[in-house]
Amino acid sequence: MTDEIARKELEKQGVVITSMGELYNWGRKNSIWPLQFGLACCAIEMIAASMARFDIARFGAEVFRPSPRQADLMIVAGTVTKKMAPQVVRLYNQMPEPKYVIAMGACAISGGPFKQGYNVLKGIDRFIPVDIFIPGCPPRPEALLDALMALQKKIEGDTLRGANRPRHIRPDAPSEFPIPEFGEHDLVPDKNPALFHPAAVLLEK
Amino acid sequence: MTALAEPPVMHEAPPSGTIWRLAEDRSSFAGPTDDRAGGLPDHDLLEVALGPHHPSTHGVFRMDVVLDGEEVVRLKPVFGYLHRNHEKIAEKNSYLAAIPYTDRLDYICSMTNNWAYVMTVEKLTGFQPPERAEYIRVIVGELTRLFNHACLVGFLLQDMGALGTPLMYAFREREKILDLFESLSGARMMCNYMRFGGVRCDLPDGWIEEAKQVVAEFPRFLDEFEALLTGNEILLVRSQGIGVLSKELAVNAGVTGPMLRASGVGYDLRKVDKYSIYPRFNFRIPLGQHGDVFDRYMIRLLEMRESLSILKQALDTIPAGPIVDPKAKQRGLRPKAGEAYGRIEAPKGELGFYVVSDGSPNPYRFRIRPPSLINLTVLEDMCLGHTIADVVIILGSVDIVLGEVDR
Repeated sequence: MTDEIARKELEKQGVVITSMGELYNWGRKNSIWPLQFGLACCAIEMIAASMARFDIARFGAEVFRPSPRQADLMIVAGTVTKKMAPQVVRLYNQMPEPKYVIAMGACAISGGPFKQGYNVLKGIDRFIPVDIFIPGCPPRPEALLDALMALQKKIEGDTLRGANRPRHIRPDAPSEFPIPEFGEHDLVPDKNPALFHPAAVLLEK
Repeated sequence: MTALAEPPVMHEAPPSGTIWRLAEDRSSFAGPTDDRAGGLPDHDLLEVALGPHHPSTHGVFRMDVVLDGEEVVRLKPVFGYLHRNHEKIAEKNSYLAAIPYTDRLDYICSMTNNWAYVMTVEKLTGFQPPERAEYIRVIVGELTRLFNHACLVGFLLQDMGALGTPLMYAFREREKILDLFESLSGARMMCNYMRFGGVRCDLPDGWIEEAKQVVAEFPRFLDEFEALLTGNEILLVRSQGIGVLSKELAVNAGVTGPMLRASGVGYDLRKVDKYSIYPRFNFRIPLGQHGDVFDRYMIRLLEMRESLSILKQALDTIPAGPIVDPKAKQRGLRPKAGEAYGRIEAPKGELGFYVVSDGSPNPYRFRIRPPSLINLTVLEDMCLGHTIADVVIILGSVDIVLGEVDR
């Protein structure tokens, strides 16, 4: 707290004090480049968010890159089918660290309205780690902006050392995940058990 | 009915990790198109997979293109990356429950999808929508056509290299119309607004005035858009004479909508079927002459002006009255056994629903005739002989939405 007060005082004098970690996070959180990648309906709202009215550029995230090699953020916008899931995982693997995933809309979270479908993946978090989930069908562009701000907060809180440091600076943590194959009836495996931890359903007796 | 012995096997797809290579083995492209005179040239060809993740495929769609230098000699569309089992889900659920799913077919124009489906069920059950409901349907349908065409033109120009500006202008207009839809139905995109024998809720206070204002301001956008783009030399060079679709092929392939009319065939269901109350309105059907990308671009701009004329007439003459047929039943609907095919002129072409009822609370068969898919079948014929850069704009001019293509 005293640090904060001393900082404010110094800022008034035109002296900015920061730490390496804060500077690093400040730079990263204000230039998140999303992958230009739409799957279904939510992609239209994602485009709407990047247009004049909602203007995602205010958050430094307007540079949609068509190549995963240049992207920091994958917005999974829409229904992931079983035919598309391996390509989504492959795109994620091709992105350089640090990388983040926003699951936009009910379909990307859980299969949404199409959950009954035989060809629909019941949530992309079965195969890749998701940072932010946005509910809605489709979520409004404001919801995407809110998710982006939540992601910025998350990046801001990253530490460069210690046990809680993020995945991309932990040499032992994986940055690529196995790509599912087409099996006889379903994707093989149908989920990545190391990643997928659904909330336990409490059954009252 | 007997149970299936085995669950259906998933469609075949290349094993993951396939490396696209020089097309020495041309058997993968063996098909009806190989009967074409001339055949493939002798020297090496390059096989390129455009998609499913590609910024210009308008969703998840793959084109396996065989290139001779830069020229396309074969093109094989690969669908199914967004197959969401719409038809099967609708057959399991009640008639009413299928309406929100139709929103997600062609997810840019939810209103017209609703309309085609409820019209089919109305044919099956004999419900008669009241006058005011028909007017509301025409108004929201034509508003949908306006922003669909505006967005399509924006995306098409984006594909040609005009990054940002045209699409941003189009989305600015789209937002105005979406505001109208939101105050009407509560949702921006997935309106879920139409019901059997009418519409879900009446127009809110002041809605007609707001709509009139949007309609009155729209020509200004069109004029600005045309002044910026239509005479632009780059646009003319990129689009004229590219992707020509002949009248005969268009008719034989079952192409409908603006694509068919750009090839010079005067076929518009609003005039042919005279469904709903369209005969009361005075409007023209624009026709193209050459059937190239430029004609398809111009047809959209001209159709927007005609839609504005319909909207003006409808907004001025909309009567008061009920919005739902009092005999209509929504929940627990069990139509008598029978079948019906309903079709409307959706912004992308003829959108048809075929519903078979066996008297139970859910449809026995639910089939969609999506305009995007049928219009896409002539893609190879339009692309052959053009460069790979043109493939992107030819695809853009077809106006596809993958939700509707794969269903």
